[in-house]
Amino acid sequence: MELLTTLLGTPLSQAILLPAVWGLGVFLCPRGRTKHYALAGTLLTLLAAIRLWTGFDAANAAMQFSLDLSWLPVYGIHYQLGIDGISLLMIALTAFLMPISVLASFNYIKESERAYYACLLFLEAAMIGVFAALDLFVFYLFWEAMLIPMYFLIGIWGGPRRVYAALKFFLYTMAGSVLMLAAILWVVAAQHAATGVWTFSIPALYGGALTEQAQFWLFAAFGLAFAVKVPLFPFHTWLPDAHVEAPTAGSVLLAGVLLKMGVYGYLRLAVPLFPQAAHTFAPWLAGLGVVGIIYGSLVAWTQRDMKKLVAYSSVAHLGTVMLGIMAFEPAAVAGAVLQMVNHGLSTGALFLLVGVLYERRHTRITEDYGGLAKVMPGFAAVFMIVTLSSVGMPGLNGFIGEVLVLFGAFRVYPWLTGFAVAGVILSAVYMLGMYQQAVFGPLRHTENKILPDLSFREWAYLLPILVFILLIGVYPNPFLRRAMPAVGNYIQLSQRQAAPPPADVKISLGGIRK
Amino acid sequence: MEGNYYPLLKWILAAPLAGFLLNGLLGKKLLGERAGGVIGSLAILASFILAAMAFTDLLKLPVENRLLRDTLYSWISAGTFGVDAAFRFDPLSAVMALIVTGVSFLIHVYSTGYMHGDEGYNRYFAYLNLFVFFMLTLVLADNPLVMFVGWEGVGLCSYLLIGFWYEDPEKAAAGKKAFITNRVGDAGFLLGLMLAAALLAAKGVLALDFASLEKNAPLLTSFTVLGIGAPTVICLLLFFGATGKSAQFPLYVWLPDAMAGPTPVSALIHAATMVTAGVYMLARLHFLYALAPKALEVVMLTGCFTAFFAAVIALLQKDIKKVLAYSTVSQLGYMFMAAGAGAFSASVFHLATHAFFKALLFLGAGSVIHGMSGEQDMFKMGGLRREMPFTFLLVAAGWLAIAGVPGLSGFYSKDLILEKVFEHGGLLIWGVGVLTAGLTAFYTTRLFVLTFLRERRAQKHAHESPLSMTLPMTALALLAVAGGFMLKDRLFTFLEPVAEHAPAGPEAARLMFISVAAGLTGLAGAFALTLPKPANFLKNTMSHLHAVVFHKFYVDEIYSAFIVKPLKTFAGRVLFQLVDAGLIDGLMVNGSARASYAAGRLLARAQNGRLDVYALVFAAGVALMLYWII
Repeated sequence: MELLTTLLGTPLSQAILLPAVWGLGVFLCPRGRTKHYALAGTLLTLLAAIRLWTGFDAANAAMQFSLDLSWLPVYGIHYQLGIDGISLLMIALTAFLMPISVLASFNYIKESERAYYACLLFLEAAMIGVFAALDLFVFYLFWEAMLIPMYFLIGIWGGPRRVYAALKFFLYTMAGSVLMLAAILWVVAAQHAATGVWTFSIPALYGGALTEQAQFWLFAAFGLAFAVKVPLFPFHTWLPDAHVEAPTAGSVLLAGVLLKMGVYGYLRLAVPLFPQAAHTFAPWLAGLGVVGIIYGSLVAWTQRDMKKLVAYSSVAHLGTVMLGIMAFEPAAVAGAVLQMVNHGLSTGALFLLVGVLYERRHTRITEDYGGLAKVMPGFAAVFMIVTLSSVGMPGLNGFIGEVLVLFGAFRVYPWLTGFAVAGVILSAVYMLGMYQQAVFGPLRHTENKILPDLSFREWAYLLPILVFILLIGVYPNPFLRRAMPAVGNYIQLSQRQAAPPPADVKISLGGIRK
Repeated sequence: MEGNYYPLLKWILAAPLAGFLLNGLLGKKLLGERAGGVIGSLAILASFILAAMAFTDLLKLPVENRLLRDTLYSWISAGTFGVDAAFRFDPLSAVMALIVTGVSFLIHVYSTGYMHGDEGYNRYFAYLNLFVFFMLTLVLADNPLVMFVGWEGVGLCSYLLIGFWYEDPEKAAAGKKAFITNRVGDAGFLLGLMLAAALLAAKGVLALDFASLEKNAPLLTSFTVLGIGAPTVICLLLFFGATGKSAQFPLYVWLPDAMAGPTPVSALIHAATMVTAGVYMLARLHFLYALAPKALEVVMLTGCFTAFFAAVIALLQKDIKKVLAYSTVSQLGYMFMAAGAGAFSASVFHLATHAFFKALLFLGAGSVIHGMSGEQDMFKMGGLRREMPFTFLLVAAGWLAIAGVPGLSGFYSKDLILEKVFEHGGLLIWGVGVLTAGLTAFYTTRLFVLTFLRERRAQKHAHESPLSMTLPMTALALLAVAGGFMLKDRLFTFLEPVAEHAPAGPEAARLMFISVAAGLTGLAGAFALTLPKPANFLKNTMSHLHAVVFHKFYVDEIYSAFIVKPLKTFAGRVLFQLVDAGLIDGLMVNGSARASYAAGRLLARAQNGRLDVYALVFAAGVALMLYWII
């Protein structure tokens, strides 16, 4: 009983357990009411997230809303939670995008509604869990738990090639995760060997004593798992397929939140745990980020399927984020963190808008549209603002993140960042190209002449995004202020020296000997 | 912080923003056409009055302390990078703000007549108000980042207004071309800023407002980038940004296409205000350019080449707006020549007079197009002086002003530029400048003759435009005639109160005589060569040259064939089909899937059910284990 009150008493744990429990409740809900029930659940979770936001002390650099319950004491596994500014922003983004995703599914999902909304709610619980976990075991648990509902979302409610896409998504991520699991066990075992204590606690492991060589391989394992998720070039090819086949809500959450998991993994685990190795890898990862910017933009330019175009644009945007976090420079890292939120908003909105069109015409090919401004002026206006946000127009959110990353990273990687500026041009090329083809020009197809403009429900989920797109662009400081202490911690941890090799710690097939 | 706190500044910006919101959110249904036009125009008038009030307050201050500032809040603050949402009002921004709001107001009034009855009337005024908001942001910005907000914002409005009649795919494409070409320049602008900020940060300077940049700019001289002095590199990158916005070689190509927008837009954005942003930026950052004489040389050469090159193209254009577009490119070249000579005040002077006479010429062209129900081909006009007498007289004023007739505004500013260029750039550059002056007189005269004089070539009946259009033109005509004389001394004492203004010597008079002679030659030449006989004779004898010039030296085609198309093919064929779908997905991802499948099939064969094989393997395994243990 006492355990239960501790679990439910803290707002952070509430934000995880509420959607999970609510998701189970879906199956008790009367059939016609499922979607409203799910909406209520996500709104309640949003409320919990708002409580986290208002209760968060922006000046405090320590982990907040901490919770630490012993779970499997033999191996020192704890249900340990806590958030800093970075996790706070990510949780807020997740909780914000969930009701929107549910609203966007209202008309689209007709088959096995209960299972669908249960998947969404379980996914939310797992996503928030990843951002809140401070225990490696718990982190890994939530990390893997995320995969399952997403796999079903794509595989059951997806498009024609859904099975291929779902399997590809699953295997791609699993391949990385397995390496990560091995690395996690190694880290914990090494820590045990060095201190004699079993612990999975992430903050405790930050002080770990790993040789530079061990760090190298461990970072490689973690880094690969996260690189797949980001996705970093050349590990990105699961993304376009997954996006194209996923239902709208799946795409929104995939782009909005799941891609951030990879970056978050670098921020929370790979870099602070293995700082020396991180510095060895950083220029390469930043370089891959810049390749992603240019490569993703150029490939996006050639796409006819709007979802594919947006998917490749994500590769470019996340490239900017990687460049930022690998610069270990306050402005650049803060910009990257903000850019994660921005990308969630603008790319999420883009997928929603494509979904709006798809529900009306059942095609995502740009040429099937044209002249939409005439029949759907409201849609055209929203699409314009979101497009501008995506290309980094000053005054909107995308600019702030981009400028911080560029100005910050330029001090560390002048040449790489110089090339990254090409993204400023290329993003305009592909985004405006798509916009022009879909929205401007004459109404070529008769089917399009009767398309209705945005409905009340569609306005209801698009407007909140627009508000934040504008707010972050004009007044980003409330967001930056909360992230800055965490950014400072990240940079400080990344500068930690590797422990001098303790010589006799040896890990072999026969076990760990001292 | 230096400067005087002046909270009025934000309201100069707020007025057009409010106009934008009203027209944009309420739209035609709730607001209606008349109210929309009135709100749009009044918003700009309010902004103009506020700017004038700030101007008079500025004049009351002692000359060495003429700076008003208004800081709203800390805009971006992230450890090592911070900028405020802050505005400044000094003599340079004062001049610009007055030109921008003044000319904008006239063009807004004109637009109420010109756009009358258009389906997107309120949308038009919303965009136009938004443009003024961003242009004022650019002009009043207190740091380069806020300036960049305005810089990109005006580009956005330009994009929206060029493609205003979006149903025509060509117009929408022209808007996109403008936006993307501008972004190419903007990338240079950003790089320049990033480099400057990074180098200053290395010296421990994080503040980026103009005042501290000016104070700390000398620190940059201790750096070199690729063996070139850092200030030179920074200035060249920033200037590349200017070539985008201000339509200089090599990025001028968007401006002629931009004529797809409504004509008042061409007058306001693509002649009087936005395209001068690059000139303004150079003047604003004159302290950086002072450290980079090599960069100034590039600026002067680029300006000189563009001025001449665009003037040549303008000679043979048939579309009345295209002539004016190339003329604008050419005149902007003059402004950069002046800036390159270090005479930033002279460039701002020409910026002002050009705003008057070029806006007037565009509005005149608009009046003609309006009167001819959309006709833009000058060869289908002619003899309009009888049907459109007011427009005829007003355009005549603009024509004589740009042609450099002594006493009118264009004469003063162009003459001053040529004088400065002679001092700093030498005989050759000056000579090209004078030649261009002759060409300018030629193509504007040609425009005037083909449109208003001689016989009518059109069947259609033309009508004079309403007062709402001719009145703003009258105001601009007065400025085009008298503006140069009025401003020629006052502007300089205002902009550079400290500098000495030496009276022009006999040398200057000689130079002036030559450039006036060139102008008059061009003027007379145009009267003669627009007659059918000599025109055809020239066209036939120099048919190759004619074709090259007529097709604008094929620059668009060259860009398309050598940059855009290869890049798109590379992206599609190599990156997407070969690398993405072929190598990564085909070979690595699906390949490894196939490989594991094949391996599974292979291993499955081991499960063939033959007990003797199983027994053999079992025995071998046991043997191996025993070996390992022992």
